[in-house]
Amino acid sequence: MTPYDPRADEQRLARERKKIVRDGPDLTGARLATRLERAWNRPPGLLGWLATVDHKEIGRRYIVTALIFLALGGALALVMRLQLARPDQDLVGAARFNELFTMHGSTMMFLFAVPVMEGVAVYLIPLMLGTRSTAFPRLNAFSYYMYLFGGLMLWGAFVLNVGPDIGWFAYTPLSGPQFSPGKRADVWAQMITFTEISALAAAVVLVATILKCRAPGMTLARMPLYAWAMLVVAVMIIFSMPAVALASSMLISDRLVGTNFFNAWEHGDNLLWQHLFWFFGHPEVYIIFLPATGFVSVIVETFCRRPVFAYPVVVLALISTGILAFGLWVHHMFATGLPRVGYSFYTAASMTVAIPTGLQIFCWLATMWDGRPRLQVPMLYVIGFIVTFVIGGLSGVIIASVPLDLELHDTYFIVAHFHYVLIGGAVFPLLGALTYWFPKITGRMMDDTLGKIGFWMIFLGFQLAFFPMHFAGLLGMPRRVYTYPAGLGLELPNLLSTIGAFVVGASVVLFVVNALWSYFRGVPAPDNPWGASSLEWAVSSPPPVYNFQHIPVVESRTPLWDEPDELPVVTGLRVDEKEMLMTTVVAAAPDLREPVPLPSLWPLISAIATGVLFISSIFSPWAVAVGAIPAAIALTAWFWPKELKRHPEPVLS
Amino acid sequence: MSFDYQKYQSAFGNAGVGNHQFLVLFAIFLAVCAIMYVAVILFLVGGLLRRRRAGEANVVESGRHLRSDPLMRTGLIAWGAVVGIGLVALAIASFITDRLDAQAAAQPKLTITVTGNQWWWDVQYNASDPSKTLRTANEIHVPLGIPTRIILRSNDVIHSFWVPSLAGKEDLIPGRETDITIVPQRAVIFRGQCAEFCGVQHAHMALVVDVDPYPEFVNWWQRELRPAAAPTNPLVLAGYRVATQRQCASCHTIAGTPAGGNVGPDLTHFASRRSIAAGMMPMSEGNLYGWVADPQSIKPGTKMPTIGLEPDELHAVVAYLETLK
Amino acid sequence: MIRPVRFTEDVAALPTHKFGPSSLTWWGIIGFMVIEGFAFGLVFAAYFFLMGHEASWPPGGRAPPNLLAGTLFTILILLSEIPNTRIKLAAREGDVPAIRRLMPLMVGIGLVLFVIRGFEFNSLNILWTDTAYGSVIWALLLLHTTHILTDWYDTVVLAMLMRTPLAYEGRRLVDTDENCLYWRYVWLLWLPIYLLIYWVPRL
Repeated sequence: MTPYDPRADEQRLARERKKIVRDGPDLTGARLATRLERAWNRPPGLLGWLATVDHKEIGRRYIVTALIFLALGGALALVMRLQLARPDQDLVGAARFNELFTMHGSTMMFLFAVPVMEGVAVYLIPLMLGTRSTAFPRLNAFSYYMYLFGGLMLWGAFVLNVGPDIGWFAYTPLSGPQFSPGKRADVWAQMITFTEISALAAAVVLVATILKCRAPGMTLARMPLYAWAMLVVAVMIIFSMPAVALASSMLISDRLVGTNFFNAWEHGDNLLWQHLFWFFGHPEVYIIFLPATGFVSVIVETFCRRPVFAYPVVVLALISTGILAFGLWVHHMFATGLPRVGYSFYTAASMTVAIPTGLQIFCWLATMWDGRPRLQVPMLYVIGFIVTFVIGGLSGVIIASVPLDLELHDTYFIVAHFHYVLIGGAVFPLLGALTYWFPKITGRMMDDTLGKIGFWMIFLGFQLAFFPMHFAGLLGMPRRVYTYPAGLGLELPNLLSTIGAFVVGASVVLFVVNALWSYFRGVPAPDNPWGASSLEWAVSSPPPVYNFQHIPVVESRTPLWDEPDELPVVTGLRVDEKEMLMTTVVAAAPDLREPVPLPSLWPLISAIATGVLFISSIFSPWAVAVGAIPAAIALTAWFWPKELKRHPEPVLS
Repeated sequence: MSFDYQKYQSAFGNAGVGNHQFLVLFAIFLAVCAIMYVAVILFLVGGLLRRRRAGEANVVESGRHLRSDPLMRTGLIAWGAVVGIGLVALAIASFITDRLDAQAAAQPKLTITVTGNQWWWDVQYNASDPSKTLRTANEIHVPLGIPTRIILRSNDVIHSFWVPSLAGKEDLIPGRETDITIVPQRAVIFRGQCAEFCGVQHAHMALVVDVDPYPEFVNWWQRELRPAAAPTNPLVLAGYRVATQRQCASCHTIAGTPAGGNVGPDLTHFASRRSIAAGMMPMSEGNLYGWVADPQSIKPGTKMPTIGLEPDELHAVVAYLETLK
Repeated sequence: MIRPVRFTEDVAALPTHKFGPSSLTWWGIIGFMVIEGFAFGLVFAAYFFLMGHEASWPPGGRAPPNLLAGTLFTILILLSEIPNTRIKLAAREGDVPAIRRLMPLMVGIGLVLFVIRGFEFNSLNILWTDTAYGSVIWALLLLHTTHILTDWYDTVVLAMLMRTPLAYEGRRLVDTDENCLYWRYVWLLWLPIYLLIYWVPRL
């Protein structure tokens, strides 16, 4: 065998490099599109589908899977509401009810809210930023599979009657080895591991994409507010998720191998669990809320026909909310007997976080004032958001006060509060966003009439379901009770809540029906049906697999409004291999040409191997060592290039 | 299953210093929050209803989308200032209430230790004279108008002591000791409930708080210090025998008898309590029969096993328990 | 694209690899470093939280871990920075033969470190089931072992790849440079862990 001669090989490579076909004035339009499609399309069929690295396909999967979990979690809520509709009922017994609220909370928080926001971001960010792919597309695929497997494990366990029953935040020692025998609590804790790895991987993907893969000229100061929101959220995920991963690992370790992190009799501390969990848990709710503020900014801009007022203020509000969110967690622990002086700090911080959010709200309202609002369905959801979320925010200010919280903590007042901020603050904007981007994703418009009916149903149904809960809490109804006695005045609020819950359920069904019907029979959508300003509306609906024929150049915050006639673009990217452009972090000057990986089954195989490792480690600690081997093999094969031959320009296979 | 004291499980009860402070502060917060909310809605409605001629609006269609009404800049600063000042005011009100609560709790005259268990409350009245310490369960008597400090502990998982009409709540955490001081201001009976999810029967871990004027409270304490009533007739005697020689004695204490178990509630004056099984059912003969015969079917998962007494044993035990006033 | 375009600059001349923050994988690695670092930071916080409850640390008069194995480990891992830096510079200079010589050395050093780590576990003087102190000490050591194990394995795979013709690829040199960066992180993170396991209990 002749030894490898680098210099001879360099000469060969230089020759071949000259033959590479690139986009430009000579190769544009339909001819360019055909060649790009050939390079960017994945293989057809099941294996190709499983091996996809297309961010649009992965984003759609995230969204559909998350909406299925929303429906499952919502169904659980309806069963609980039936049980609570009247006092002293026995439709659902205590043990089963405890499983229901645990599954409802865990499904909504871990399997719906965060993944749906990630999924929309994964779909949208490259299009909005003017690039062809996310960074690390295989990691992106892996993160979806980890999410899916975590959700399947949790729900599989529930269906097999070994689902968790310890509440979605699983306080010790109730969730510990002594008081939760069996594997239910381990299933919960390991679901956390799956979803936390998924979220962290997606967060790294988003940070790298947003900072390094923007279109030339899209400086940070010109980036859409939704991208700013997702950047802040991704950084928050990176700093908060380790806390819950650590806590759940410590819990499994206490349960499986006898460590004593939370065992008070062996110098452990139950408050350690609470600190670690809430250090994650509080930022988590802003991780869910801030993407929704991004949706609101986008929708308000498009439907008021002007950019959001005071862009720098909104950006600073996003960043400061993200930072402040990490300083509030002890407000979940006001009843645990920690020093009152310390609590005062957390009251002050919890109130302070209302200021940047309040400023964002002003900016949106000022945009409406200064613009010409059009009350189409996405905008209706924004209005619903403002009316509803602000109530939740204000009830949050109320419970930030220690004396008030000590009466209201762990009652239905809190249940009302967080549903107001989560449904009002995240789900309403989400529904508006799905309606808004549905044409881009599917190529068809959602039905307008069904959309309006659906909005009013969910908006009014929500108020009916959750406003009475404020009263239930004030009248003495604690959380997580499977029944309550007659004579306390709780009958009326609970009955109203049950009726309202079913109206909400019906409106979710209506939304899904609308989406399905419109997917098949909706009015075909042009590339920019709303007349919006951002780059995703410059491509067809749905976009081609390679997003942009030529990478666009951006010269303002509202590119499509400021360059209505011709879109400036750069040339010179490879056409027969997948390639995208990397730019500098702040000024977005063209910096590097980055190969984009080809479709691969290794992310799926790695997720399966890792999944087997996690699930079997519920049963034995040795599974960690043994299960690491197939996982390592899969990850190595993922990284290992398919060909050990050098290409003139890099190809990631 | 209704109790005549159930109207007093509400935060509107206004029957204790803590709860009273809550209501005052809550009203202040509600007022300020309502004003802010109205401001938001007015601004929203104004923005939506505002009629502008086509060429004047600062929108992309008129080419003025990069301009803003100068009023908005002032508005932003004013809004930020108002929100900031409002929050500072509320925070100050909150801190003042904290101080007031601390002052009211400053010199407790009575100390009770409540230990949480899955799913009942173990209550001990502390006295400097050990012969005056009193142990009971699930029902607390406290004197009117006098600060009572309640030390909170847990034998198993985290519970939370909450009597809404009297005061806010405080958790009972294994391995830690917390406390709460209540100052009742009305001599009525209150219901409280465990407010931290503690397992399968969390919904049925309630407690009764009976507030008496001080002289009556002292009388109650004297009565509670007496040992259990001795059996006076054969049926009750038979029940006494079952209760003190069979499984009951391994978990329950009945003062003045050989029954000395510490795992379950003290039963010495059980029949004078208003409820059975921690607020689950009112005290009555029928409910007693049901509970003693088969606790698992009434409160599934409770730590009290269903023993399977013979009918005559059951009659005897219930007859005996009813004498424990 | 549906709308007409206006061609501006041509980017064909841009490179396909660069060292440092221009590299996309640099951001991935920094992202994972932040995640892991923060996770360790939280374990440190838990350590001090649990310590704050105790009158003495280790509690109850237990003996702290023996110093020998841990100190040997620390010395060796600090020394390993010398070949590590050499490899990093070689990567930047494109000196493939140097990389091919030195990477097996790093792999070997890693193996020796694992042997010492085994002795460290044995000389902690406590089991993980004995008080929360035992649990958190074991957690620190076990997490760091996982950390170093995964990086060692990365190094093995990269060393094998660098023996192929692909070693001359610019992107592989960037991978090597970043792998060295990560190794630095592994021993830097070890230093506070070393202090917490071996020295804080002696204060």
